Amino acid sequence: MIHFDKVSKIYSEDSVALKEISFSVAPKEFVSIVGHSGAGKTTLIKMLLAEERPTDGFVFFESVNVHKLKKGEMNNLRRRIGTVFQDFRLLPNKTAYENIAFAMEAAGRTDEEISADVPHVLELVDLGNKMWSFPHELSGGEKQRVAIARAIVNQPDVVIADEPTGNLDPLNTRDVVQILKKINDLGTTVILTTHNKGVIDSLGKRVITLDHGKIVRDDKEGKYVL
Amino acid sequence: MFWVNFKRVIRSGFVSFWRNSFVSLSSVLVMLVTLFVIGSILFTDVVLNYTLDQVKDKVDVNVYFITGANESDILSVKKSIEGLPEVKNVDYISSDESLKEFRDKHQNDQLTLQALDELGTNPLGAVLNVKAKDPTQYEGIAKFLENKSLLSDNGASIIDRVNYYQNKVAIDRLSEIIDSSQTLGLLITIILIIISIIITFNTIRLVIFVSREEISVMRLVGASNLYIRSPFVVSGVMYGLISAIICLIIFYPLTYWLRDISVSFFGGLDLFNYYVGHLGQFFMIIVGSGAILGGISSYLAVRRYLKI
Repeated sequence: MIHFDKVSKIYSEDSVALKEISFSVAPKEFVSIVGHSGAGKTTLIKMLLAEERPTDGFVFFESVNVHKLKKGEMNNLRRRIGTVFQDFRLLPNKTAYENIAFAMEAAGRTDEEISADVPHVLELVDLGNKMWSFPHELSGGEKQRVAIARAIVNQPDVVIADEPTGNLDPLNTRDVVQILKKINDLGTTVILTTHNKGVIDSLGKRVITLDHGKIVRDDKEGKYVL
Repeated sequence: MFWVNFKRVIRSGFVSFWRNSFVSLSSVLVMLVTLFVIGSILFTDVVLNYTLDQVKDKVDVNVYFITGANESDILSVKKSIEGLPEVKNVDYISSDESLKEFRDKHQNDQLTLQALDELGTNPLGAVLNVKAKDPTQYEGIAKFLENKSLLSDNGASIIDRVNYYQNKVAIDRLSEIIDSSQTLGLLITIILIIISIIITFNTIRLVIFVSREEISVMRLVGASNLYIRSPFVVSGVMYGLISAIICLIIFYPLTYWLRDISVSFFGGLDLFNYYVGHLGQFFMIIVGSGAILGGISSYLAVRRYLKI
């Protein structure tokens, strides 16, 4: 489904973010990418979202080179990938409902679909009672659950979670990980980047370990070795 | 789908305007200053043109005829002068009227009046008072009159003199001053409008800069550039429209307050009446400028953050 082929990202001689990275992710797989800060996890995610271009190599999403896509095709790709970030990245002047509705509007969904699906997906993340709250009225865990709801509302093929538990307490961390597991159990591919050992150990899924821009381990069953 | 998206974009622009009330208020205030400058430029232009017209109207050329000239010959000259495209109007003053004007003018000068009486005849000829559309055109009219004098009754010239050449220096100087005033006025107008546009553009750029993270999130959920940009443009147009309406309201009492001053200082120009009489034009210019400035500034400012 996703294939990185000898991807390098070099900003300067002294700043090499990724060096000849190659790996594949199969449909419905749950893959965790671990590594210290600066190991290249976020750069790798940006490559997949076509936010950054590789210096060398190719990134394929279902056999299509994502960096060869035109603008319209790029928007379609992004609608098929749900994203969750450490800093939540919710639209500050929109309510929880409107944040999720915006992702659906961008995907060209009708008003009827939006009014039916948004409350449903908010119920799934246990935020049915916070529908009309603005992000500044929500706790960190609640914000992240809204972000997850936004990521899954268009039923994407892949959910990418970049350090989603980085700003959360252990209780909210556990909740977020459980939701991601549930999403994967329902058939969506999940790519998670984290440096939280507890999260990796609790998942027991495939782990790719990055160090200084290189893949140093690729374990089929969760191991956090650094 | 177009209408659904259109409705969503308009709604989103309005909602964003009200929810970002502090930012919206700041933008409206800055645009208000910009539009006030543009409105003031319009008034300054009116005052300048009115004053220059007044000055232009005071410039004229007199054609003096010899005392024995036939009235029919004079009227024939008058008709041919009126036919010139650069001539605004020609007034005929007969020799009797000239004499009457002379007497009125010197009514306190008994010596002159006595000398006039002793002559027994009217020593003054008829006069044509010529006003050109533009002071620079008097030279052409004077040259035309020089040739015209050959067409007199019996071969002799019936035109005694044309006072253009006596007043040439003053007329030329005045023409230069009028031209310079108009050029300077245009230059100042252009500079002020450019400054206003730059201030507005930078203010809106700052507003969009605050929203740059928001724009990047919209991109990441797959929103098209048009769908991201449009609500910002709607908000920008709203800043312009609201500022324009406030500006038009402010001009109402302001011109009323200035009306007496303008009438006495600019020789009859009533700014309030002018404003009320031309409200439609002011509305179109100020509201149009506000909406276009706000919309285009937002459009350009967002563009920068759409390049991911």
